[in-house]
Amino acid sequence: MFVLIIGGGKVGLNTARQLLQLDHEVAVIEQRKSRYDLLVEELEEALVFGDGTEIWVLEKAGIARADMVVAVTGDDEDNVIIAQIAKMKFSVPKVVARVNNPFNQPTFDLLGIDATVCATTSMLRLIMHELPVHKYVPLFSLRRENLEVVELEVSESSPFANTYVQDIQLPENVLLAAILRAGHALPARGSSEILPGDYVLCVLPPAKGKELIKVFLPDESPEELEKESELDTSEG
Amino acid sequence: MHVVIVGCGRVGSSLALSLVTEGWSVAVVDDRAESFYLLGEDFGGQFVEGKALDWDVLRSAGIEHADAVVTATDGDNTNIVVAQVAMKKFGVKCVVARVYDPLRATLFAQTGIRTVCPTRDARVLLLDAVRSCEVSAEA
Repeated sequence: MFVLIIGGGKVGLNTARQLLQLDHEVAVIEQRKSRYDLLVEELEEALVFGDGTEIWVLEKAGIARADMVVAVTGDDEDNVIIAQIAKMKFSVPKVVARVNNPFNQPTFDLLGIDATVCATTSMLRLIMHELPVHKYVPLFSLRRENLEVVELEVSESSPFANTYVQDIQLPENVLLAAILRAGHALPARGSSEILPGDYVLCVLPPAKGKELIKVFLPDESPEELEKESELDTSEG
Repeated sequence: MHVVIVGCGRVGSSLALSLVTEGWSVAVVDDRAESFYLLGEDFGGQFVEGKALDWDVLRSAGIEHADAVVTATDGDNTNIVVAQVAMKKFGVKCVVARVYDPLRATLFAQTGIRTVCPTRDARVLLLDAVRSCEVSAEA
């Protein structure tokens, strides 16, 4: 595969290294001269100097034959524009864009950039996962599939404590994927028993969150739990 | 008629003043509070300080009932992104974006926003001006 990466910061450089190691071909566009000088020794002719939102710079770097474009500059507007140029003008099969400020996620979604990665959101979610007080933690979303992976705590009073997976009635389109117990992940087979203190991983469309909370954590208010698990990503 | 102008530089501010004179209700958005002075002391419109990428900032500038939006910040990409948000999210009918880069101006006109490219226009005007000097290229 030929992957064109725009932005030679930490994310861009490490993506390039990883892909090179896997024997893919890469090109990296970097517009800061000092950063370019730093990277050129390692990346050699795979590094292109210029503003990656300029169509001719993208062309020079080979966007026309790219199998994938990765827009990971530090500027969200630029990442949106690069992704749009890649799709609209060059019909690049796969386009991934970085969201620097989670606050801008709705703009990426609005403009049809469906494959996005946001380090801040991912980190916040993993931190929430470490906090013991949360009974319902969305771990990550698969935006293209419109699915979400959530973790739920099985308390003593849960209707599913000491129950077999096959006896559980889950809302439609909700998959109970795994049971986490004492540092191990167990497959959720019909014959698996869920014990108090377990955590379960479910895969579901985000809209099903409330229904899942209702059956799994009937003592909790779905509105409050969802609100708690929503990340405060306002600027500041 | 309400218009939201994004970017209070030389162009944005003078456009705002012209439209106020024509009887428009005008809101100007800029993230630099100090750019307000370009509008003069008795500016008859509204000034909103904030980043135009923030939908709430656009809302407080009245984008939900705007008849037109003009994006004229010094960043082409910001102008193109905010213009598309105005059109797609808020359904504004008349959306105009200043885009210095001719290639992007042409490409993003396909999305339905009206792009104005000062570079292209200046090139034509400058060429005309040089030609009208009546000096021959061969001399």
